[in-house]
Amino acid sequence: MLSNENSPVQVILYEGKGASPLAAEIRLAVLSQLLDKGFAVALAKEGGRQIPTPPLKGNQRLLVLGDFVGDAPSLEDAAGQASIETVTVTGLAADEVLGLVEQFREGQPMNEPGKWKPWFPVIDYDRCTNCMQCLSFCLFDVYGVDEDNKIQVQNNDNCKTNCPACSRVCPEVAIMFPKYSGGPINGDKVNTQDLEREKMKVDISSLLGGDIYASLRNRSEQAKSRFSKERSPDKALSERKKCLTKLQQAGMIPAEVLENLPSPEEIQRRAAAAAAKADAALKAQTSAN
Amino acid sequence: MTDSSHQPHRILYCRCAYANTVPQGVKDDVLQRLSESGLPFEAVSDLCEMSASRDPRLKQIAEGGRVKIAACYPRAVKWLFHAAGQPLPEEGVDVVNMRELSAEDVAAQLLDRNTESTPSSHPVNHAE
Repeated sequence: MLSNENSPVQVILYEGKGASPLAAEIRLAVLSQLLDKGFAVALAKEGGRQIPTPPLKGNQRLLVLGDFVGDAPSLEDAAGQASIETVTVTGLAADEVLGLVEQFREGQPMNEPGKWKPWFPVIDYDRCTNCMQCLSFCLFDVYGVDEDNKIQVQNNDNCKTNCPACSRVCPEVAIMFPKYSGGPINGDKVNTQDLEREKMKVDISSLLGGDIYASLRNRSEQAKSRFSKERSPDKALSERKKCLTKLQQAGMIPAEVLENLPSPEEIQRRAAAAAAKADAALKAQTSAN
Repeated sequence: MTDSSHQPHRILYCRCAYANTVPQGVKDDVLQRLSESGLPFEAVSDLCEMSASRDPRLKQIAEGGRVKIAACYPRAVKWLFHAAGQPLPEEGVDVVNMRELSAEDVAAQLLDRNTESTPSSHPVNHAE
């Protein structure tokens, strides 16, 4: 997992002065292939205003590709910190251009589509009431508080891919997972009517205490609205169980995660720690007010 | 800070390459229309991935003046930038939702040089 790595290569397809426009089908194919491999691409046109390139860090490289008239021009980073290379791609097929970019990358690490999924909670602070239910619920230390005791996502790498359980227990529908399939968890509008009808505060202690799997067997009848389906405590528990079981079965669990596997005692311990953290934050909030 | 209200908007296209939650046909078609539009634009592989890695390019996007962003739900995009420590400005940002709109509608909103906010696009500062 390399979620904290920035892409090491930035690509500009240059079609401005001194270069001919690429053929339409080549341009589209190059754009598609680079994007699908995880690279960002800016298409620069004659006289066009483009998004300014950010300051390059030492480990980042800028590759300018174009059908240059004559030799490709030489460019240098004025700050002298980064490598900029210009390459003529005249007559190259899209996969050959992709090969050039990969060569330019020189094997530097980057998040690659298909090998890693950016799965983490995103808090809608227009909705969040700082109730700390998410912090209490999550057993993986994804959540924490800032210096003002405001809830925040602190360790998004700890989040278990495809598990949106915390968003289901958020009473304000303030937690999104943009890669999730359905709304409102994916960021779609929150249905106010559903919210009012199904307003529900989940009793975290009941979720975490005792035999949580027994509660799955005794689940109550699900409400039929989309909102309640997406936010039921039973479903949250089921997802927690699935995540834990999947980790258990994978056989490649890091030691720190292994410690968190679901013996009831361990779950209770972790839950108590999270609850204490949330309680401390809430008390600090109250005393500050 | 310079007044950017009369500057043409920039275009940012998100490929959603890391999870494919945007319909393939829509994002392919939008990219083709952008590519053939004759306008400059920037395309990123995945805004979620950039937010997760706190990519410094998000700062440039947020601070670079008016921009139309072809991505997913405006609420998600707004808070993805915030999560990366680079909140989008209250004015001059439109998010066009490729998960809900047709490619034709998305492209029309992106390529319309005269509109800041059309009824079916979503300024990120507006409540949904």
